[in-house]
Amino acid sequence: MLPENRLEWVEGWGMATGGAGYVFRLRDTSGVAEALEAARSAGVPVVLRGAGCSYGDAALRPESVVLDLSALDRVLAWDPETGIIDVEPGVSLGALWRLVIGDGWWPPVVTGTMEPTIGGMLAMNVHGKNNWRRGTIGDHCLEFDVVLADGGSRRISKENDPDLFHAIIGSFGQLGIITRARLQMKKVHSGLLEVKAVAAPDLESMLLLADEAKEKWEYVVGWIDAFATGKNLGRGQLHLARHLEEGEDPDPAATLDADAQDLPGRLFGVVPKAQMWRLLKPFTNRPGMRLINLAKYLAGSSLGDDKVFRQSLAEFSFLLDYVPNWKNVYLPGGLIQHQSFVPMASAEEVFRNQLEICRECRMPSFLAVLKRHRPDPFLMSHGVDGFSLALDFPVLRGRREELWAMVRELAGAAVAAGGRFYPAKDSALTAGLYRATFTAGRLDRFAELKAQLDPNRTLRTALADRLLYG
Amino acid sequence: MAQHEFKHALVVGASSGIGEALARRLAADGARVALVARRESELRRVMDEINVAGVDRAVAVTHDVRAVEDIPELVQEIARVLGGLDIAIYAAGVMPAVAADEYSTAKDREMVEVNFLGAVAWLNPIAERMARLGRGTIIGIGSVAGDRGRSGNPVYCASKAGFHAYLEALRNRLARVGVRVVTIKPGFVDTAMTRGKEGLFWVISADRAAEIILGKARRGVVTAYVPARWRVVMTIIRSIPSFIFSRLGI
Repeated sequence: MLPENRLEWVEGWGMATGGAGYVFRLRDTSGVAEALEAARSAGVPVVLRGAGCSYGDAALRPESVVLDLSALDRVLAWDPETGIIDVEPGVSLGALWRLVIGDGWWPPVVTGTMEPTIGGMLAMNVHGKNNWRRGTIGDHCLEFDVVLADGGSRRISKENDPDLFHAIIGSFGQLGIITRARLQMKKVHSGLLEVKAVAAPDLESMLLLADEAKEKWEYVVGWIDAFATGKNLGRGQLHLARHLEEGEDPDPAATLDADAQDLPGRLFGVVPKAQMWRLLKPFTNRPGMRLINLAKYLAGSSLGDDKVFRQSLAEFSFLLDYVPNWKNVYLPGGLIQHQSFVPMASAEEVFRNQLEICRECRMPSFLAVLKRHRPDPFLMSHGVDGFSLALDFPVLRGRREELWAMVRELAGAAVAAGGRFYPAKDSALTAGLYRATFTAGRLDRFAELKAQLDPNRTLRTALADRLLYG
Repeated sequence: MAQHEFKHALVVGASSGIGEALARRLAADGARVALVARRESELRRVMDEINVAGVDRAVAVTHDVRAVEDIPELVQEIARVLGGLDIAIYAAGVMPAVAADEYSTAKDREMVEVNFLGAVAWLNPIAERMARLGRGTIIGIGSVAGDRGRSGNPVYCASKAGFHAYLEALRNRLARVGVRVVTIKPGFVDTAMTRGKEGLFWVISADRAAEIILGKARRGVVTAYVPARWRVVMTIIRSIPSFIFSRLGI
């Protein structure tokens, strides 16, 4: 029997998917063996979990052992000369940038929130707003230690085992447990970015501007008003940013101070940000979000258009942390996200189609974000030479099944165009849709490695059951 | 995520009567259901009939509720097989025929063990589990017989009265952590327990009782007479003074 005192409700970041799990919080890597043994004797699988930032069921599986690695958060070595850092998997992105920025370094790939752990980021092979330029986090990993399902451990690098290196990173914790990672940071000469905001009147302009911008700007991200229809469909605002070159920042020591990067705790110095989501809650419905999206577009296309300004790295990078607990506006049902990655040639047609489907189903996305991507060498890659459109949806009482069906319809449009999906964001895909995005050879190779490294499928999540083993 | 979904259900006493009807309704509504009962052949019949469409919604667990030491492990195993446990129903019960002048400790013990101790033994680990998770629904099938001490079957009444008090206490413990505990007091329901007995009225089918019970539980009702008209009857019966009640011969 598994110890009942370990039983906890474990849910995805979007709070729309969850289940009971027997949570083993590791204090050191020796605890991995104990958790694996407990799971083996109880006949249940093991789920790997970091900060729990995946939107859906990537870090949970009902009635299974949940190996929470977030307390393995030691920085093992940091070399400010080379920018190489060795960390345990539970080190958060926030802890990482705070440590390295003072020495003039910055993580080469960051997510929209600083909460994820390095282990989780590698497991999902996350990307950032600079995916076109810098690839995924896996591209900046030099080596890692991994504990396999049988308890054995290996040190793997691009050089000593490129096959396994590119398979384990991005395999959403299905091939092994990363217990240490060595990453290369990126040199920066200022804690500030130069940011430019550009309004886009429609989808075609949005894609065109984003594609052009990628050559000059390190970071490219577009916000789309998903309520706009007709000739305005796809309108929104792009934010482009670049690191300041050496000499551009008059006082780099000050801007590279981690404390100077901290996001302000109060809005206008008055409203505590931790409570701001309560102010947003009354607007979290279709009319309210239509109004907010419209206001944002009008402000962006008038006051904000072509505006160039400087912003701290943290402020630009971690927009999702700007309003703490903002996801609570989606309670009680929570939210899900769907992100399709579509090749250049089809992106406009597919995204137009997706936005139309949402409108026809009367379930418009409350937040839509566009990014530019590139392919990567990882086995379970989600990268394409094209764009992604991430769509947030509230899960409303009585419409859950309908929403899931609509998301599958959105995914179908992407599959037909040679698109891909990102498991960290998914809650609703079927195995058929997901598997259709891979060539048979890739899935066969994954199955071979799984059979070789974890023949009993000890490492298993609800997401893997749904997309791979179901 | 909703705290009171009925996707993964456990029904103790699922081989007949109200328990069987509840299991069938839950499965028909899309839940995966663990059927627990002592009689293996009856249990298998119910399971096979539920699974007839080729979808394995029901699993059968043969268990005598008097084997209390097995229960914590069974609860964990059932939750594992179902993939969770959102709702647990204790519907097991016995009511052997007791003559007006009979004082059979053997019969009385069986009623206490099945109707009360078995319920406590099953619901304790379930309550603990749901409290940890901060979600879930527990339904106890009591009886209008638990509202007064009738001369006809003293220990049946006592076992149900005890069960009602236990459920109320459980509700008071668990309400603050988001777990619902529902006490159901059925009147006369057409089941093997009541069949052939005389003097019954307002008899409803087990399926109708199950429909009412699940509807009440979904609405968050804490104590319900089934059907509702029994509330009026029992309010009157509860208010009859003892010196009069003892002369009524019920």
